[in-house]
Amino acid sequence: MKNLISMRDLTREETLRILELAQEIEGGKTRPDLSGRLAALLFYEPSTRTHFSFDTAMKRLGGQTLSMSGSGSTSVQKGESLADTLKTISMYSDLIVIRSPVEGAARYAAEVVDIPIINAGDGANQHPTQALLDLYSIRKTQGTLEGLSVALVGDLKFGRTAHSLVQALAGFRPTFTFVSPEHLVMPQYILEDLDAAGVTYHHQTTLDGVTPGLDVMYVTRIQRERFADPEEYEQVKDSYVIDREILSDAKPTLRVMHPLPRVKEVSTEVDGTEHAYYFQQARNGVPIRQALLALLLGAAS
Amino acid sequence: MKEMKVDAIRNGTVIDHIPAGKAWEVAEILKIHQAPLLVGVNLISRKYGRKDLIKIEDHELSSREASSIALIAPQASISIIREYEITQKVPVTIPDEITALIVCPNPACVTNAEPVPTRFTTGGATTENEVRVRCVYCEKRYRMTDVKLRLQP
Repeated sequence: MKNLISMRDLTREETLRILELAQEIEGGKTRPDLSGRLAALLFYEPSTRTHFSFDTAMKRLGGQTLSMSGSGSTSVQKGESLADTLKTISMYSDLIVIRSPVEGAARYAAEVVDIPIINAGDGANQHPTQALLDLYSIRKTQGTLEGLSVALVGDLKFGRTAHSLVQALAGFRPTFTFVSPEHLVMPQYILEDLDAAGVTYHHQTTLDGVTPGLDVMYVTRIQRERFADPEEYEQVKDSYVIDREILSDAKPTLRVMHPLPRVKEVSTEVDGTEHAYYFQQARNGVPIRQALLALLLGAAS
Repeated sequence: MKEMKVDAIRNGTVIDHIPAGKAWEVAEILKIHQAPLLVGVNLISRKYGRKDLIKIEDHELSSREASSIALIAPQASISIIREYEITQKVPVTIPDEITALIVCPNPACVTNAEPVPTRFTTGGATTENEVRVRCVYCEKRYRMTDVKLRLQP
């Protein structure tokens, strides 16, 4: 593995190796040494969690970071091409983490420079480190990735994290329930991929009956700007709220996950229950990113 | 044959069973403007209802050219003509990857923002009558009928 660009590039074995290494690092069984190594964090789009967790991951393994956030203060403003910016930064650093609203920017970056590239989100396309930390969270809480019953709730049309997670889990014989408003359903091309992989799924527009037998409930935010009609948004937004009542017939092992930030889709009354896992989920981003940095910088195998 | 409403050619290539209306695109993609073309549009086809047909004089299509045609007209048949006789059928096979030909319809794609040639893969949901392509960069999937071609180099 030379870069991490898309979940579509990862084999099942590579995915499992990353999760294993993250677990070893988090459990203190191994500590890759990244001292003297420098990662450039290029965030052309703001992202608190992803940016900070890469920074934390690198520094906790003894490495250092260069950071750029937004495009206002850099050569981008002077009209420099992305390729030239990347080539220059690759002269200073050992690895580049890139977040960009431009889809395919990370793949392009990997073609332009010789040092490893990690995709920290490219527009509506991929966010592989989020998908890996979601897999890690699922395996940690359920003990396995195999044969789980997983519901995805919210905006499944534009939700990049939902797409990546579905693709990432597809090889592990899951059963999916997709819960979304009619016009925010899982895109056809994802469903075709699931059909090809022989994955069982069904779609529903309400949360009715979704909880019994469920292992993971993955909730995403429904954004106001996805609705042409503000009234429709007002009607829809409150019908996908996870609260204690919906979880009353859940298995004790059911975990509610959310890529954060949440607005109202998971009620704060869930926070104190055994089902809440979203904050631990965010913490899991650090060992996953430590594992990826170590693998790509050759400090682990 | 009744359908031969354009003159037979002595030497060259006949591309038959082009989807109706696609003949000009096929002609463009081949960049064979130098060779004389006979184009038949909206001909009656027993198999497909309507079809287009192109005859190219004094030019024998290479297999590479044939695979470009496959993107627009996967069901086309290509015959090489010598001395008025069909001497060879060129198989129409869809290439695995297409470089610098398709314009990615996704406005957010890096190929529309940076000077990088587009790359598309085929396969996956491609069927006999419909080619589907996926952008290597933004990973979006499109029907070949929904994309534009960048015909000038």
